[in-house]
Amino acid sequence: MKLHAPVAPHGDLASTAQASRQRFPHAAQSLAAIVSFIEKTFTIVGLEASKIRHDPTDLFMRAIQPALWLLIFGEVFTHIRAIPTGGEGYLDFMTPGILAQSVLFVAIFSGMAIIWERDLGIIHKFLASPTPRAALVLGKALAAAVRGLAQAVIIYVLALLLDVHMNWHPLALLGVVIMVILGAACFSTFSLVIACLVKTRERFMGIGQVLTMPLFFASNAIYPVAIMPSWLQVIAHSNPLSYEVDALRALMLAGGTSTTGLVTDFVVMLVATIALVLLGAQLYPRVVR
Amino acid sequence: MQENRTPIIEVSDLVKRFGDNTAVDHVSFVVNEGEVFGLLGPNGAGKSTIIKMLTTLLPPTSGRASVAGFDVAQQQMAVRRCIGYVPQALSADGNLTGYENLLVFAKLYDLPRAERAEKVRRALVFTGLQEVADKLVRTYSGGMIRRLEVAQAMLHQPQVLFLDEPTVGLDPVARKAVWEHLGNLRTQTSMTIFLTTHYMEEADSLCNRIAIMHLGKIVAQGAPEELKASIGGPDVTLDAVFTHYTGNTLESGGSYRETARTRRTARRLG
Repeated sequence: MKLHAPVAPHGDLASTAQASRQRFPHAAQSLAAIVSFIEKTFTIVGLEASKIRHDPTDLFMRAIQPALWLLIFGEVFTHIRAIPTGGEGYLDFMTPGILAQSVLFVAIFSGMAIIWERDLGIIHKFLASPTPRAALVLGKALAAAVRGLAQAVIIYVLALLLDVHMNWHPLALLGVVIMVILGAACFSTFSLVIACLVKTRERFMGIGQVLTMPLFFASNAIYPVAIMPSWLQVIAHSNPLSYEVDALRALMLAGGTSTTGLVTDFVVMLVATIALVLLGAQLYPRVVR
Repeated sequence: MQENRTPIIEVSDLVKRFGDNTAVDHVSFVVNEGEVFGLLGPNGAGKSTIIKMLTTLLPPTSGRASVAGFDVAQQQMAVRRCIGYVPQALSADGNLTGYENLLVFAKLYDLPRAERAEKVRRALVFTGLQEVADKLVRTYSGGMIRRLEVAQAMLHQPQVLFLDEPTVGLDPVARKAVWEHLGNLRTQTSMTIFLTTHYMEEADSLCNRIAIMHLGKIVAQGAPEELKASIGGPDVTLDAVFTHYTGNTLESGGSYRETARTRRTARRLG
């Protein structure tokens, strides 16, 4: 085996780009950079997807919690009619909230995985490779989205079993898929940012708990924002989870409506995700320092 | 062994501070192309900090360092393309197969699509892992994981290979196997190898040149024979050289966190 050859192997993309560089120097270069960025992002997604494929038990374990919420909390509150849902049954009302919740819980775990991988030394090697930091962070975010979509499938099965009135229009389903991807990407990157700041497992466990519960309860996931005291309403309105739930409620339920408007929901989630990915790309190298 | 004297790593007056603690204290050295250069010292001497700065993971506080002509602080992407890096801890992903671990890095290092499969296959043959290529890495032995990690770091044929404590946490048999593997690399390629270690024996048998680090400073450097000669002759051991220059015996203690990590690693392999 010949191990030593002249240096700096360029990608096939880079060499194609080189050919066209004479004619369109800047356009070709930035196009190659963008294509390479996307390729590397999906390399990271593919790697995480392989891990899920090798050991999918985790996905099934994660079906238990939402099932308990829907079966116990949902059934009880349906009967006592304590929460004003604006006409729809309580189980219908809470199903999108529970989807958002389980996506949130899956996503929040990503930060823990990052600290774990750092302790093992896996992250050092990725950071020493010529991969844009934003591609590493976005790849992790989209990998969380893969897990989030598995949660969505589980919730839809539970909803069918519990006779929740779902909207099966293809466009509505597509909207749900996009919102679940955004939600998972947003909160997993949030979790990555926290992990990069606190750096140790113990501190992350503590802070993760402290942040996850308020994110969930100070949102419209299991009760409408309108019944909250006004100070809590302010928090709920600045919580991205509320916008995720609002959109899911409008898209998942037959006859579902949005309070804040679907466009607002998607814009808020997209902007929050992009901002967090950019911040995460800045902070990610700090996790190994 | 010395075919030429072209410097490939140049470090001058490099400093790294963490708060009040100066981990690397005005260090300067040069590594020439094709050399196997060893940084020797106990845990906490600043070896890993230097390797992290040279591999762009950690920005220097002051001073300059370049690898293959690129500045590690200014031209990070260019440096990353020229180097391979095997971190101290076990860096192969246990939840992926050996093949997948290699393929990921083939992609991240921009190997042309058409060559990836062939390069990965050859790396598996060279490391003797082709039989277990499709098994999860967590079923591998410690020595196999190290060979896989070295292969991951070499897929793109780097100019310089950085190895941070390549045999830490391995049992004596696996350690010997890794030495043999590195020895083969050394004879079959003209690649520059930069390694850190706290095993005298390792430095003595693998390296053309070593630098002894103590409390963030380089206290002596040269070929192992030169260093031995400097304090009395060929019968002297490197341990004696170390004691002579640092006034200490080489004892690996390390911090609580490092010890915990080493033990955990050892357990994973056990």
